[in-house]
Formats: sequence, C-alpha cells, structure tokens
Amino acid sequence: MKFPPPQRPGRSSPSRVVVTGTGVITALGCGWDSNAEGFRAGGTAFRPVTLFDVSRQRAKTAAEVDLPAGLPPARLPAKVARRLGRAARMLLWAAHQAWSQAGWQAHDNLPVVLGSTGGEMSYGEDYFRHAVSKPRSQRGQPTRVVRYQLQRQGLDLCDALDFHGPVTVISNACASGSNAIGHAFQLVRAGGAEKVFAGGYDALCHLTFAGFDSLQALSPTSCRPFDAARDGLLLGEGAAMLALEAFDHARARGADILGEIIGYGAATDIHHLTQPHPEGEAALAAMTAACAQARVTPEQVDYINAHGTGTPQNDVTEAAAINRWAGPRVAGLRVSSTKAGIGHLLGGAGAVEAVVCLMALRGQWLPPQRLPGAPDPACRFGIVREPVDAKIEIALSNSFGFGGANASLLFRRWR
Amino acid sequence: MSDVFVSGLGAISPAGWGFSALCDAVERNEPVPARDCPRPGWEKPLRTRVVPPPPAHPSFLNHPRLRRASVIAQHTVAAAQEALGAGGVPGRLGIVVSMLAGVINYSRRFYEEVLRDPATASPVLFPETVYNAPASHLAACLGAKGLSYTLVGDDGMFLQSLALAAQWLAGGEVDTCVVIGAEELDWMPADAVRLFCHGEIHGSGAGAVCLTAKAHGAIARLAAVTDSFSFTQRQSRSEAARRVRSQLPAGAPGELLCASARNLPRRDAAENAAWADWSGARLAPTFVLGEAFAASAAWQCVTACEAIRRGRFAAVNVSVVGASQQAIGARFVKPGL
Repeated sequence: MKFPPPQRPGRSSPSRVVVTGTGVITALGCGWDSNAEGFRAGGTAFRPVTLFDVSRQRAKTAAEVDLPAGLPPARLPAKVARRLGRAARMLLWAAHQAWSQAGWQAHDNLPVVLGSTGGEMSYGEDYFRHAVSKPRSQRGQPTRVVRYQLQRQGLDLCDALDFHGPVTVISNACASGSNAIGHAFQLVRAGGAEKVFAGGYDALCHLTFAGFDSLQALSPTSCRPFDAARDGLLLGEGAAMLALEAFDHARARGADILGEIIGYGAATDIHHLTQPHPEGEAALAAMTAACAQARVTPEQVDYINAHGTGTPQNDVTEAAAINRWAGPRVAGLRVSSTKAGIGHLLGGAGAVEAVVCLMALRGQWLPPQRLPGAPDPACRFGIVREPVDAKIEIALSNSFGFGGANASLLFRRWR
Repeated sequence: MSDVFVSGLGAISPAGWGFSALCDAVERNEPVPARDCPRPGWEKPLRTRVVPPPPAHPSFLNHPRLRRASVIAQHTVAAAQEALGAGGVPGRLGIVVSMLAGVINYSRRFYEEVLRDPATASPVLFPETVYNAPASHLAACLGAKGLSYTLVGDDGMFLQSLALAAQWLAGGEVDTCVVIGAEELDWMPADAVRLFCHGEIHGSGAGAVCLTAKAHGAIARLAAVTDSFSFTQRQSRSEAARRVRSQLPAGAPGELLCASARNLPRRDAAENAAWADWSGARLAPTFVLGEAFAASAAWQCVTACEAIRRGRFAAVNVSVVGASQQAIGARFVKPGL
C-alpha cells in the first residue's frame, strides 16, 4: 500500500540511503568514465544546434548528445524500440548503466521516480504540426500522443528492464531531477521502499529552445556562470539515473556503494514566476533544510555544485543565498557550475549534477568550470576554475527552477 | 503512522463552480451537456464538456500573479481555495498538483508563434507553459513557501498525489496539504482522447482535497491509498485493476464504489471485471463530467468525501483505472471509523 505504508519490523529510525548504481549520458559522453573524465577536466561540449532550425534565434548553440547507435540491451519489442524518441533513448542508456552497476534483478513493485520538464516534447510538436497541416490524416497521431506523455518514458524504462512498479514523474521545472532524487531519498529513508530507481532527463526540443530564447535567457556568446560579464545560459540535454537503496539492504546483498545521500531540502520561491527573490530566500531555505536533515553544518560542506545557469539574475541570487547560508565559512567554500560544460539540462540537470557530485566524492577531485573573466563581485566563495584533486567528504547540489521550485541535495563520500 | 483526514473539498467542473454543484450533478447521474469545440481543418467540431463561467468575478483573480495565468492555473487556485476554506493557510502548507496535458492552451499558442517566426515568439506565454506554473501561482496566492510538487501522469496520478501528501504529513514536513488535480480544455487533448476511444468526451476543470493530521472538523478519513499498478508488458490493464481491487476491502453493505467508468464498454472493461463482485452502490463522476484525467480522479475523491459528509455512506472505495499509465485506488471512511 502507498498509504499507510508497510511497517518494517525492527525499524526504529530512518534508514540511511546509499547509491549503488548510477547512469549518465550528456554531451560529454555516455557512461561514468567518459563523463567523469570530461567533468574532471572541465570539458565543454557546445556546438551549433543541428536538431532543429535556429537560424531565427538569438542563440545558436547547445550541448547536443551524440546518441549511441541502437539501444542498450532492452526487453522492448522492435516496433516500440523504433518509436523511442531522444528523451526515452537517453533515459534508457542512463537507466541501463545504473541498473547494471547496481546489479539489480527483475523486480515487482520497484518505484520509479523521474524528473522531467518536457518528456518527449518533440513528439508533441510533431502531433501539432501534423494536426494542422494534415488534419484529415491520423496516420501516426496515436503514436505521437502516447510517446509525448511524460509517464511513457518511465513505463518504457520498466518494460526495457523487465520490472514494474509505480512510476511517478515530478515536473518542477529545472529542479525536477533533484526533486525526483529527493523524493526517492525520502521514500527509502522513511521506510516506504527499500529500493527506488530515480533520476531525471530532458531532450532538446524546438519549443523549449525558442522559449528560453524569447526570454533572452540564452547566451549568444558562451555559458560562463558566475562570471561578472555573463550573458545567459546555454541549453543541453541528457539523463541520469540513480539506484537508491536502504543501507541495510545494500549491505546485506554485498553491493558496492558509490556514495550516500544524507539530506534533501525543498522550498518554494513565491517572488515571481521566473525571477528568483533577490536575496535567494527559497534557495537559502532549501540548503538549510537539507543540512538540518543531514545534521551537517556549512563548515562540513566541502563543495557546492551550483545551479549556476549563467543568467545574470540566477547567479547573483544563488551567490547571495550561498553567502548567507555559509556565513563565515564562505571564503573557504569551493563552488562550480558544471552547466558551463554541458549546458542546462532542465529536468535532467539535478540528476546529472547529483552524479557529478558522486563522481567527485568517489574520485576526490573538484569539477572545474569555465570562467574566462572576473567572478561576479557577489561571489564571496571560491570558484573552481582549474582541475584539482581535493579531499572532500560532503558535497551539496543546488537546483532551482521556474515557478520558484528550489531543491538541494547533500551527498557524503562512502568509504 | 498517524491518521490523515480530509478537512476540505473544492471543485471546478462542467457542472459549475463549487463541489456542491459537482456532487449534485454526479448524484443525478445525467451527463452534463456537451458543447462544440472547433478544431482546425474540420467543419464538424469536437464535443467537449466545458466549465461554465463563474457566477460572479472571483476575487482571487485580482491577485497580480493571475493576470496572465492560464485557465488551468485559475481553476487550480479556485479549487484549492475552496478546499482550504475561509480560514486561510493553516500552518505549513504543502501543495501537490497533478495533471496530464498541463498548460496545453498556452503551450499550443506559443508553439504556433514559434512556427510562424521564433524570433518574435512571445516571452509572455512561455513561462506560463511549464507544468508547475499553476502550482507556482497557487503558492504565490496563498503565500505558501514550503513543499510544492507538480506530478505529471494519467488520472491515477491524483491518487499518487494523495499518498505523497500523506507521506509529508506523516513525516511532519507539512501541517496541511492541498492536493489538486487539474486539466484544461483545448482541441489538442480533445482530439487526442478521441483517437483512442470513440465516444470519449474531453472535460476540464479541477478538483481539490485538503488533507491534515487533525481529526477536528474532518469530513472523512483517508483510510488507504493502494499501490499504483503500472500498465507494462508484464502487467496488463486488467491485471493492474485486479490488483487494486485486491488491496481494498471487500466492502460491506451500504458502502459506495466511486469508479472511473465512462459508460464506454471497451474503456471500462478492466475496471468492470475487477469490481464485478461489488454489490454496493456505484457512482461514476467521469461519465457525468467528461474525461479530464487528473481532474476526473480528483472529482471521484471529492464525490466520495462529500457522500460521507452528507451521511449517504460510511465508507467509499475509489477505483481509478487510468487512461495510459496505472490503476490505483483509495478508501475514505467516516471520521471515527
């Protein structure tokens, strides 16, 4: 039962929640190794957009994923596999990696929690164009309707990996991926599930690209978060999945543990639909809540993977929130935004950045970001600009989105 | 696990503004008249069930955030405010909004502009197209700065939302949580539902249930939300419906089943088979109000709770066999049971 949840005998305190598998696909590559190498080196993967016509847009670049040919091993009928769009394909690649790494088997009632802002939006675009250009022809329209829906990608994932369970899709704009992992973390922590498959994904599509461009939020030059002369974000695409498990369950089956999730905080910024509160009130609330849950102080946090979109407003607001949250600790804090390398993945951002934090904790390095000019004076913390090895125990990941969705996740090194 | 109670209801539906109008229409069991909805390229319009204009200008529309807000956002706010009542926001408020098609009208209009010329597409429309815009507007109207999720999925996502709210209440993360299911009318989803089931009529509106851990003044108690059983290769629609049935009590005489049936045999087959042994009363709000996905499931729950409040039934099972994702159920009982 979802409610009341099953009582687990002998369980008196919240479960520790560990990550036993991750999968990631971004413009830097497909899989842990290529992404870890790219993030560790501060690689960038922007190029002219080829997926749709951007000749009439201000911005003309994005971080497109080079999708591998075919699909990972999947129990999908050939007809279904042929119809999968970019978003579903990226999600399946990430899911397959995480599933394999975790060593999970076919399962009944394994919850799936996903974050996405658009699902397979390009199918929705196709549906509309077909409906207005060939209204009397319904050829392909049912498929477009089915494929467009966000929950479809979650169901595809279940079918591909031969399990079934409840599929929950959180669409809290650019915080969706973090909210999904946070929700999954809470489920395991509270004893509602022993394992949850969680992550986020989004593919580039014309509607979203044009939307950010219409707001003049896209950079016509380059993405350089926290730079004093930054002029906007660049979009990317990708997916990441995490296999979350109760520590006792993971230990009992001898799983290799990649890291621990120790805190999650979420808050709503009611200042404006798209503009954050100037002092970052909700961002501060989310970071504070995550730390309170983890019983961690800012002094114990070694690294922040910032939301850091590169827009003038986001970065100064996030900087203000980090300054206030960290207090005297701020000068020694190291921060970077990996969006400088792979762009803003929207619903996939929080999930990919969670994996980046786990990579950094496991490899004991900090992911640098491109910062060609002087940092914004609002940044009282250190920005990681060069590849560097570092001793880090705790990392925090921020994700903020339209509609005032703010989420923070805290990760601890596992050893 | 502490108890969870229903403290308020709200609904905007083709039957009118307010949950009483909804429940009266469902009790009459007569479909609300359908109206024409034009679609491009066709002389014959689609048939849809539309929310009528409000009896008076709602005061909440004066809020600055709602000046350009979509219809779905307006209905979300209206239903939530009715569920919360006149007392304002009690303590830490959580918000969960569920939907399938989302802000489809603005999305379609924005994309039309993009196709005409992306260089001049309106920056006013785009922010309103995101799924969580209605939840954001609601939070702003209520001054709610805590947890707020927008869940996207089929009809059953509303019941998943109830379980999420109950989880937040149990974890002490919120004191009250308003759960809303909403869909808005547009020719695109109206056309799409027809592709899968002839005779299906698209509806629109919102339903809201306010949950709290306090028993005082409660309308009903949320006794259970079943697991969500996804429609996958390994689990058919019929099997999913059967598993929902197996998790809910058999039902005593005098109980009600609030089903998701549409009076469309193909669409209803899985649910009808699962509940073939049910001998008690049945109501089917979607048959009366139209297919409005998450809003439909919300109306089922509102109907269930109001039936308890009106003293018609002591316990109500809600069965949702969704359009494309899942089967899930819930059970509401009279407070004290």
